[in-house]
Amino acid sequence: MSTLTKQTLSHLDWLEAEAIHILREVAGQCANPVLLFSGGKDSICLLRLAEKAFRPGRFPFPLMHIDTGHNYTEVTDFRDKRAAELGERLIVRSVEDSMARGTVVLKHPGESRNKHQSVTLLEAIEEFGFDACIGGARRDEEKARAKERIMSFRDEFGQWDPKNQRPELWNLYNARSHKGENIRAFPISNWTELDVWQYIQREALELPSIYFAHTRPVVRKNGLLQPVTDLTPAKPGDTVEDVLVRFRTVGDITCTAPVESDADTVEKILAETATTTITERGATRMDDQTSEASMEQRKKEGYF
Amino acid sequence: MSAPEQLPEIDNGLLRFLTCGSVDDGKSTLIGRLLFDSKTILADTLNAIERTSAKRGMNAVDLSLLTDGLQAEREQGITIDVAYRYFSTGRRKYIIADAPGHEQYTRNMVTAASTANLAIILVDARKGILTQTRRHSYLASLVGIPHLLVAVNKMDLVDYDQAVFERIKADYLAFAAKLGIKDVRFIPISALAGDMIVDRGERLGWYDGPTLLDILENAPAAHTERAEDFRFPVQFVCRPQDSANPELHDYRGFMGRVESGEIAVGDAVTVLPSGATSKVRRIEIGGIPLERAIHEQSAALLLEDEIDISRGDLIVKSAEAPEPVKQIDATICWLAEAPLSPARTYLVRHTTREVKAKLAKIDYRLDVNTLEREAATGLAMNDIARVTLKLAQPIVADRYADNRGTGAFIIIDESTNNTVGAGMIG
Repeated sequence: MSTLTKQTLSHLDWLEAEAIHILREVAGQCANPVLLFSGGKDSICLLRLAEKAFRPGRFPFPLMHIDTGHNYTEVTDFRDKRAAELGERLIVRSVEDSMARGTVVLKHPGESRNKHQSVTLLEAIEEFGFDACIGGARRDEEKARAKERIMSFRDEFGQWDPKNQRPELWNLYNARSHKGENIRAFPISNWTELDVWQYIQREALELPSIYFAHTRPVVRKNGLLQPVTDLTPAKPGDTVEDVLVRFRTVGDITCTAPVESDADTVEKILAETATTTITERGATRMDDQTSEASMEQRKKEGYF
Repeated sequence: MSAPEQLPEIDNGLLRFLTCGSVDDGKSTLIGRLLFDSKTILADTLNAIERTSAKRGMNAVDLSLLTDGLQAEREQGITIDVAYRYFSTGRRKYIIADAPGHEQYTRNMVTAASTANLAIILVDARKGILTQTRRHSYLASLVGIPHLLVAVNKMDLVDYDQAVFERIKADYLAFAAKLGIKDVRFIPISALAGDMIVDRGERLGWYDGPTLLDILENAPAAHTERAEDFRFPVQFVCRPQDSANPELHDYRGFMGRVESGEIAVGDAVTVLPSGATSKVRRIEIGGIPLERAIHEQSAALLLEDEIDISRGDLIVKSAEAPEPVKQIDATICWLAEAPLSPARTYLVRHTTREVKAKLAKIDYRLDVNTLEREAATGLAMNDIARVTLKLAQPIVADRYADNRGTGAFIIIDESTNNTVGAGMIG
């Protein structure tokens, strides 16, 4: 093994080139794809990658958000603003509409709506006839995701069968599906949280304000900080504290916790991320703590 | 993205490598050790495996649990599918493809190897070279992994004896010569104790080579050090005619990823299979101009002449144009439970082109354990064979040994849309 002589791409350039290639494969192979855009940092990266893949043309797919109705307004406002700036079509479908239709039934009014997004997503896929959904999931997020394909096949019920996945070789992606079936495509599968933050920094991407340090009333529970909001009020006996926090993921208010941090710039967040001792989902997702296998369970049921 | 030459060298790129070994070779422990010693394991992950280790009645934390992915695997204590792991040293980012070692999972190994540039082959110091060591080495060389690293593990169980290591090395070299494996290195390690992985430890003083991580840090990130011909399969054609900007009315961007070689503005190009020729007028990414594009870079090419080009076409430099072919000889690995049917028509995806294909003949099937050639009339899952395929339309291919991007293909069963085979031309 000689030392490096041939010019190669830096790791961020390589990841970017791979993601662009995957986006173009979806556009080239699928008749009616959609890009899932939540206003979160991973899907914000996807939008920049789509610009690099398809400009000066328009995106060959609309954007879609499955709204639980429990999102921070900073995030949904950002979502609408970003779609308008890009001049791309944004579809929003709401878990509350599924509840009104009776297809989502909560066990109790306060139950997290996160897992019910699968139902609304499948209804939207059927409504628009989408044959592929592009998502910002990464393999480093969770154990079950480490084995997911970049082009991941879902049956008519939106189910992922981890034991029966299509082999994925070289960069020859197979995004074929029959009517009613669906492909989930993950262009940033090979990125880590650190890669995402490095890319945000390099591309100077704008983010919703709650990603940066701000003071917020919280209650400490099970080692997590639970934000005190109208949806998640303090219970009798809770001690409410004002703490300097930031969000590492922005999802449903009822199940997304911030972390203590004074990082108010991307540079400071990068410095924290490079040395952090808690994985992203562990620090912030109350619903993943239940069991080691909970993400796999939700994916089998049609979650992204 | 700016052209690579304008970017400061912020890191040593990205290396994809494969780990292969059998259930008991300590492969999961090695990966766990790399993640652990490079400080890539985070606190809550460690907490989770501490809980699981305790639940299973173990005294120490079992690092192999880090790589157990799926519920079914955790229940059975085995791995059933390729998993991808990530770590970074600050100098370089790594993607590990972790392939299960069981006998029946040749297809997983081939899948994991297809994107790797280096393979770590684990050998148990107590057992030496086994049938599966030969199988893994053969598959790694078949799929064209340029660098092999034989890690003799569990040195702690043979008292760190140099003679054991040297004997295994000699045995390995004897059969590697038969396979034509050129670039192979050897290292004694103990994944369990952490010797010679990230830190040298104190018990392998007789070994004066680099640690396993040092080898990874300095291995070439490029698949090959050879200069390769320029190959650019067109993925998508950008024609933004509906734009309000009249300047874009005639815009035609041919979008793709440089599979090999490089291209600069002004280069003479040929479009295949049509054979039309032109010159590169502009190279762009996201509408921003680049002077040139290198291998693995995604870009859009704009040409000086109006030529009809669509997805599936291949743009090459005119001086390096290969001939389109309607029949290919290839080594294929059958990946599906349903056997290959010689009577059926399949779909071959080669670069961004799909063509219908039929089996013309099977030259022989290869026993991956003995490397003996056998006559065969059909192929079952995990079989590897030399075949000839007839194609309904021409493809523009290179030999796999010359070009991984234009020498590889997959076989798709149109009735299920499953990927049922993987092929290497040549």
